[in-house]
Amino acid sequence: MGKVNNNVPLEYSTEENNLKIFGFWVFLGAEIMLFGTLFASYFTLVDRTGAGPTGAEIFEITPVLIETFVLLTSSFTIGLAIHAMRIGSKKATISFMVITLLLGAVFLGVEIYEFKHYVHIGAGLSVSAFTSILLTTLGTHGLHVTMGLCWGSFIIFQIWKRGLNSVTAGKTFVFSLYWHFLDVVWIFIFSFIYLKGMM
Amino acid sequence: MKEFFAQFAIPHPSLLIYIAMASIVFGTIALVAVVTYFKLWGYLWREWITTVDHKKIGIMYLITALVMLFRGGVDAVMLRMQLAVPENTFLEAQHYNEVFTTHGVVMILFMAMPFITFFFNFLVPLQIGARDVAFPRLNNLAFWLFFMGMGLFNISFVIGGSPDSGWTSYFPLAGNEFSTSVGTNYYMIALQIAGLGTLMTGINFITTIMKMRAPGMTLFKMPMFTWSALIANLIIVFAFPVLTVALAMGTMDRLFATNFFTTVNGGMDMLWANLFWVWGHPEVYILILPAFGIFSEVISTFARRNLYGYTSMVWSMIVISVFSFAVWTHHFFTMGQGAFTNSIFSITTMAIAIPTGVKIFNWLFTLYKGKIEMTTPMLYAMHFIPLFTLGGVTGVMLAMSAADYQYHNTMFLVAHFHNVIIPGVVYAMLAGLTFYWPKMFGFMLNEKIGKATVWVMSIGFVLAFIPMYITGLDGQARRMYTYSDATGFSFLNMVSFVGAGIMTVSFIMIVWNIWYSFKNSPRDISSDPWNARGLEWATHTPIPHYNFAITPDVTDASEEAFWDSKKKGTQLFKGKIEDIHMPNNSGQTFVMSVFFFIAGFAFVFSMWYLAIFGLIGILACMAYRSLEDDHGYHIHAHEVEEDEKKHAQKGGAK
Repeated sequence: MGKVNNNVPLEYSTEENNLKIFGFWVFLGAEIMLFGTLFASYFTLVDRTGAGPTGAEIFEITPVLIETFVLLTSSFTIGLAIHAMRIGSKKATISFMVITLLLGAVFLGVEIYEFKHYVHIGAGLSVSAFTSILLTTLGTHGLHVTMGLCWGSFIIFQIWKRGLNSVTAGKTFVFSLYWHFLDVVWIFIFSFIYLKGMM
Repeated sequence: MKEFFAQFAIPHPSLLIYIAMASIVFGTIALVAVVTYFKLWGYLWREWITTVDHKKIGIMYLITALVMLFRGGVDAVMLRMQLAVPENTFLEAQHYNEVFTTHGVVMILFMAMPFITFFFNFLVPLQIGARDVAFPRLNNLAFWLFFMGMGLFNISFVIGGSPDSGWTSYFPLAGNEFSTSVGTNYYMIALQIAGLGTLMTGINFITTIMKMRAPGMTLFKMPMFTWSALIANLIIVFAFPVLTVALAMGTMDRLFATNFFTTVNGGMDMLWANLFWVWGHPEVYILILPAFGIFSEVISTFARRNLYGYTSMVWSMIVISVFSFAVWTHHFFTMGQGAFTNSIFSITTMAIAIPTGVKIFNWLFTLYKGKIEMTTPMLYAMHFIPLFTLGGVTGVMLAMSAADYQYHNTMFLVAHFHNVIIPGVVYAMLAGLTFYWPKMFGFMLNEKIGKATVWVMSIGFVLAFIPMYITGLDGQARRMYTYSDATGFSFLNMVSFVGAGIMTVSFIMIVWNIWYSFKNSPRDISSDPWNARGLEWATHTPIPHYNFAITPDVTDASEEAFWDSKKKGTQLFKGKIEDIHMPNNSGQTFVMSVFFFIAGFAFVFSMWYLAIFGLIGILACMAYRSLEDDHGYHIHAHEVEEDEKKHAQKGGAK
């Protein structure tokens, strides 16, 4: 556990947490490369539709707007959760975490609907290079959100059980970095896959 | 039922494969019997499998690397034997494809990678004066994931067939149409699992080096090997995710009929080549930079002089790491990207020779006016410099894209990359192994056998690979399982085979040396038998599991802290012994890796229920870890003091 420093936010108060937060930033560097590679592949394959549909033919604005709205809001609420954590309110931290995860779940629900729709209209995974990379890129992001939902629930459980201490605060903070990151990735997906595809 | 078992059968069996199978089965039975007979299961579990001690994890990497060196070596000898005479029938075409594929993968990913990871693990915390790595348990997980990936890859030729489309696994050759066995599934999934472990290592060591250096150790006071480790791990974190994506896409093409790399429905086979080499080229530098780090340590120690041009050494590595991401297209100059693109990549490729040349000159200037002591590690370094330079020069030849149309896919290329990788990486690893052997095991390897080994290895190397430059320029294609006598290649190929045989002898000599020294070497050596320079020699031998009783302080020392303490009397260990906090061992990481293995195996054979079982197992382990409360334990100051006294009596440092 190491020594506890009381002059900094709770999540930075131990040596171990400092290491974990730094390590997580490095991990996010790797994640940037992961999504960067997916985007590069997407741009390479976007016009290679074979006999399948193009993006303009299958993209629908309504579900995408809902997804964007709930995910951006969830990024705001996880920020509120961290703020609540900093002022030491366990109840508010848990509440905002729960709201964040609920919004994440709504996002995922809409995305699942969207995927079903794509398959239904003949834009399934194996139709063309374009549909393969489209669903893989979106799916990788969706998988990250799913992992986030599981991870976040475990953290809520721990805060509820053990209260706010350096361990749970560190975990919550790292989770918030992850969640913000997913939001940033989504902004790229929204702009360069959907908006560009619909133009 | 019959169909179910048919998929596990070897598609192209031969007598050799049956012999290998039998030896694996008997070997495993013998190993299990020995461990059971000596009641070692508990010891193995407590002291090794679940360990979070970076030194022990390092040694597990080392053992894996050495075993794989022999597996890949047997492949190499089989290849040379097949080509030794024209129209040979020792291997058939398909078997030859499988052997050169596994030779490449095993040597790069399951031999060279764990070998450098062994040095990261064993050396980095000692060199920076830390008690452990930043994430000890992640370190254990990283090893076991790597190990399970390695295991999965190696069972391929016993169950279901080996990958056969080259270590680069180019599509469409690696697609279902042309690679019909499950071999390429093994490739995709085994590399994925091992790659996850490597990425974890990368994150762990960047954090360790950035955050856990001893007081006073600024970045530009770090030992050269630690610098090389930092740069290599940064490259790992930026390059391996590209491989992750490429392998995932390749797996999906094979298992879920997606169209990433197909030749129909818009698929693009060249995308694989690009993604593979965007990872694959930096991978070369992940291997060679730590090798340079080891040579820097060895050369400055045995030239009895501090390293010439420390700062330029560091900057050249940084420049190399940036360039390494800008040259990938030179692996396929002939595949039609046009003259302009080829020119750009031609120039960036040649530019890498400049910082590399800087390093060569720095080593030469270190030797100049040094008091050279020709020990075994130094002999490796002395053989490395000219041989590696030859490899570098032929690399610049290959970098000329117009001329590459002549060399492409010939033995010239094979000669070139073996000429950089063997004297570069393998010699460095063996030099480092000999150099740090006393620190690990408390006795020296025999110098006479060691030096003889270096000479035998270099003679074998020159005979094995120099002829390939000539046959390559004459047009002998690589990856061809035979040739006709009329080509005139037969004599030089026979020479290569003889060279391969001599190299085999040198590797057997290493094993013999270890055995001989284990039996005969004196055990009363000090903790600094080479009169070396870095902080890693300031601990006792054997190293206590907390490394340093008191965290060293190098404020007053240079990058060669231990040397300063010996020559100038710099005080390294200030303050008094306090309680030491240590992490607990954990079996959960091993269990999780086993689930990875199960899931991976299930994916290879598309056994979806088993795959889901494996994935749920992985998630359950993660959930367990998330809820687990583990505070580690403390070694109390008086225990440390007693321990230190015991070590001091054995003649430790300080």
